Order: sequence, then structure tokens, then C-alpha cells
Amino acid sequence: MTFLTLSLALVFVLIPIVLSKAFNLELEKDTVIATVRSIIQLLIVGYILQFVFHSENIIYTILMIALMIGAATQNARKKGASIKGITWKLIVTFIFVEIITQGILLGFHITPAEPQYIIPISGMMIGNSMVLSILFLNRFTAEIDAHQNEIELILSLGGTPKQAIHSQLIASIKASTIPTIESQKTIGLVQLPGMMSGQIIAGADPVQAVQFQLLILFLLLTSVVVTSVLLGFLSYPTLFNKQMQLLKVEA
Amino acid sequence: MKESYKAAIQFEHVNYSDGSTSILKNITGFFPKGKITTLVGPSGAGKTTLFRLCNRLISPSSGEIQIVGEKIDQYNPIELRQNVGLALQSATMIRGTVMKNLALPLTLKGSKLSEEDATELMQDVGLSEAFLTRNVKDLSGGQRQKVSIARTLVNKPKILLLDEITSSLDRVSQQDIEELIVRINEKYGTTIIWITHNLTQAVTIGEYSWVMIDGEVIESGESSFLNNPKNDRVKQFIKGDLV
Ligand SMILES: Nc1ncnc2c1ncn2[C@@H]1O[C@H](COP(=O)(O)OP(=O)(O)OP(=O)(O)O)[C@@H](O)[C@H]1O
Ligand SMILES: [Mg+2]
Repeated sequence: MTFLTLSLALVFVLIPIVLSKAFNLELEKDTVIATVRSIIQLLIVGYILQFVFHSENIIYTILMIALMIGAATQNARKKGASIKGITWKLIVTFIFVEIITQGILLGFHITPAEPQYIIPISGMMIGNSMVLSILFLNRFTAEIDAHQNEIELILSLGGTPKQAIHSQLIASIKASTIPTIESQKTIGLVQLPGMMSGQIIAGADPVQAVQFQLLILFLLLTSVVVTSVLLGFLSYPTLFNKQMQLLKVEA
Repeated sequence: MKESYKAAIQFEHVNYSDGSTSILKNITGFFPKGKITTLVGPSGAGKTTLFRLCNRLISPSSGEIQIVGEKIDQYNPIELRQNVGLALQSATMIRGTVMKNLALPLTLKGSKLSEEDATELMQDVGLSEAFLTRNVKDLSGGQRQKVSIARTLVNKPKILLLDEITSSLDRVSQQDIEELIVRINEKYGTTIIWITHNLTQAVTIGEYSWVMIDGEVIESGESSFLNNPKNDRVKQFIKGDLV
């Protein structure tokens, strides 16, 4: 595809703007902003990736991943503002997910150790892990807020903080991971996953595209479960003080 | 007269505030050891908050609490909470059966509650053993309160804090629980502090009483003072409550 044909695609941006004007939806401004931002951001990423892929130095790959983790942390931390030290807990979680997924991929030579593989897959893992962290933190703080009485009941009978929060922790881990697991059951039936579609459009063999997509799906399963379990077990102790009292949590 | 009592729980200038709101103000006084103390006062006086302090679910903003002569923070929180048992006003249950709730204090310690012990506890609070397999969702308010008391007793606490545990009970059940409390006190020498809105109960069951209003202890002493209070606010409270 050339830049000329791509600019023809801007017609698709005009349609919502015209509709918005006609029906007074007031979406024009946001549509324009979204369009401009996506053009600029993706072009920058494209050029950066081109540079990183061509440079021999691993340091750029690591830098890219660090950047992704930084952005993901920045995005997710607002949801866990009431959990002390949430920033580094998120960083640890993302790094762990990255190490475990890339460790297996590279360790077993499933994918070649080249930036072209490492960076997009890392992006998907960290991105997914970020979404999951937000889901998990939302759920966890809401559960604690709603079940404060039960938590304090267990404490009052001589339970440890871990015992007191166990049900809420498990419920939040389950609730945040179930959508991912469920959606994998119907995948391919209704909607072709984005990455696979992209590969097929770009001319890849559909079976090979499927193989890659399956790999990503399996990796996602690991990343969602690892993310919520790790984040959960890192977070719960900071909800209590040394005297084993439940601190206030704002959902 | 006071000198003949030993304190199970002693408060020295205890304050508790939540942010800028002062909830308990300069509480000084004691709950006598081995006796039943009743604690009365209007809604919002801070009675439940005082209990939460004794069970160490919260800590005072200032002042000191002693449990049988030792500062409260000298104890391991888990041991303290097992020994200073609290039956919550809300009779909160964990999801599942009555048996699961009854066994909870032991489950937390990694042991089990035997069928016989469970049955005996149920009899103590006036519930048939058929209830053991019932889901707590299906219990009435009064039945939950009974299960809640039984569950608190499982730890065999030396001090028992009961927060309005008879508020949803009919007269007969109330009498059953009153008898149970007196029996526990006599048999095991358990110190019992009982928050109640029922002034007759406060005088007849309590040997000692506290009146709290607006975060302060207004009057305390042998419970007969409730029949003849000196303080005007206590008089008002009692008059209002008896209507
Ligand atoms: N966690 C909390 N945060 C802020 N304020 C609280 C909290 N718990 C209680 N309060 C406030 O503290 C005051 C005392 O409450 P408390 O529950 O101790 O009263 P009480 O004497 O037990 O009343 P009742 O007879 O209605 O049970 C009330 O004004 C209440 O609104
Ligand atoms: Mg109360």
C-alpha cells in the first residue's frame, strides 16, 4: 500500500464527520483528534521500529520494552491509587510477565531472538497485562469495599490478613481472567483475531498465521493468570497495617 | 466500692477520631474482670467503635487501652482477638452453611469443629442441630444473631464483647440468650461486656454499667445507678428510652 492509497482511506474519516454534523452528534472534534493522533503515533512507532529492527544493538529492543512497561504502568496505576506502592507492583508484574513469556519463547526457540519478533509480541503481552491489571484492580478494590464486614469478621475471630482477604482475592482473580479465557473458546468462529487478519491481508499463509495466532493466545492465557495472581499477592499485604487492621480502600 | 473490682479492660484518656471527626472523647474507665458489664447509650454514641478498639480492629488516636493489665499493643493481634471475642452488631456471616460459619474460628487455626461440639453450641443458643446444614442466606435476623454468638464462643474467649446481639430476638429467645450469657459468666468466669438498648436487661443482667452519650462516658458504676441516675443527660436518655 502506498501513502497515496492510504490517504484515500481518509474518506472513512469523513463519513463519521458528515454523519455527526447531520445528526448533531458533536463527534467531529474527537474524530479529528483521534485521526490525527493515530496517524502521528503510529507513524512514529513505525519509524522507530524500522530503526530498531535494522540496528544490531539489543539495547534498543530493551529500551522499547522498558518504554512499553512505563506507559502500561502509567495507565494502570490510577486504578490502584488506594494501594500503597502500586507503581512498582505494576512494574514488577509487567517485567515478570515479559520475562516469563519471552523466556519460554526464546528458551525453547519457538520464535527467533530478533527484535521483529520480540517487540510486537512483548507489546501484545504487556498491553494485555495492562488491561488485565486495570480489570483486576477495579474488581479487587470493589470487592473489598463491598465485603469489608466479612474481612473484619475474620480478623475479629483471629484470622490473618491473608485469611481475611482470601475470598475477595480469589473472586477478583477469577472475575478478571474469565473474560479472556471465555473469549478464547469462541475465537475464530465470529471474529478473526486482529493479528491473524493483518498477517493474512499482508499475504501470509493462513495456516502459518493461525499458528502464530495460537501461540499468542497461549501466551495471553499465561499473561492474564500470572498478572492477576502476582498483582493480587503483591497488593493485598498493603491493605493491612502491622496491627493486622484493614485500612480504608476507596473503590 | 470501685476498689474491689479488678479491670479486664482499662481505658486511659482514649480518643478516637476518623479524619477530623472526633468519635470517642477522652474515655477513661474500666470493665471489671469476671463480671457482666452492660453498655448503654443512644445510637451513634460510639459503643460499637469502643468494641472495635478492644478487639483491636482499630487503634486509638491517643490514650491507652490495657487488657488485664497489659498494654493492648503488647499482645499478638491474633491471640488478642481470640481472647477478646467480638460478636458483631451486624451478625455478619461468611457465605455457606451454618456449620461452616460455626467452624470458622477453628478453620482459621487449621483445625476442625466436631459434630458433637457444633450440636452442643447450637443447643446453647437455642437452635436445633438441623440448622447446621442450612445456608446462612436462609436464616432470619434472630437466627443469625444466635449463630453469631455461638461462633464467637468457639474461641472460648476470656473476654466477650456482645454488640446488640438480642436486638432481633423475640422475648423468649432473648431470655434464652440472657441465661446463656449468665451461665457462661458463672461457669468460666468470662468477663462479658454487653451493648444493649434494653435498659431492663442492662440493670438485671449487668452487675456493672456504662452510659455513653456522644462519644463520652457520662456515668458508670454498679448497674443499679441506672434506676437512679445523677447526671441530667443520663436521666434524659433513660426517660426517652423507657417511653
Ligand atoms: N468507620 C467509620 N468511619 C467514620 N465514622 C464512623 C465509622 N464508624 C462509625 N462512625 C461514626 O462514629 C459514631 C459512633 O458510631 P458507633 O457505631 O460506634 O455508634 P453506636 O453507639 O454503636 O451506635 P448504634 O447504637 O446505632 O449501634 C457515629 O457517628 C458514626 O457515624
Ligand atoms: Mg453500634
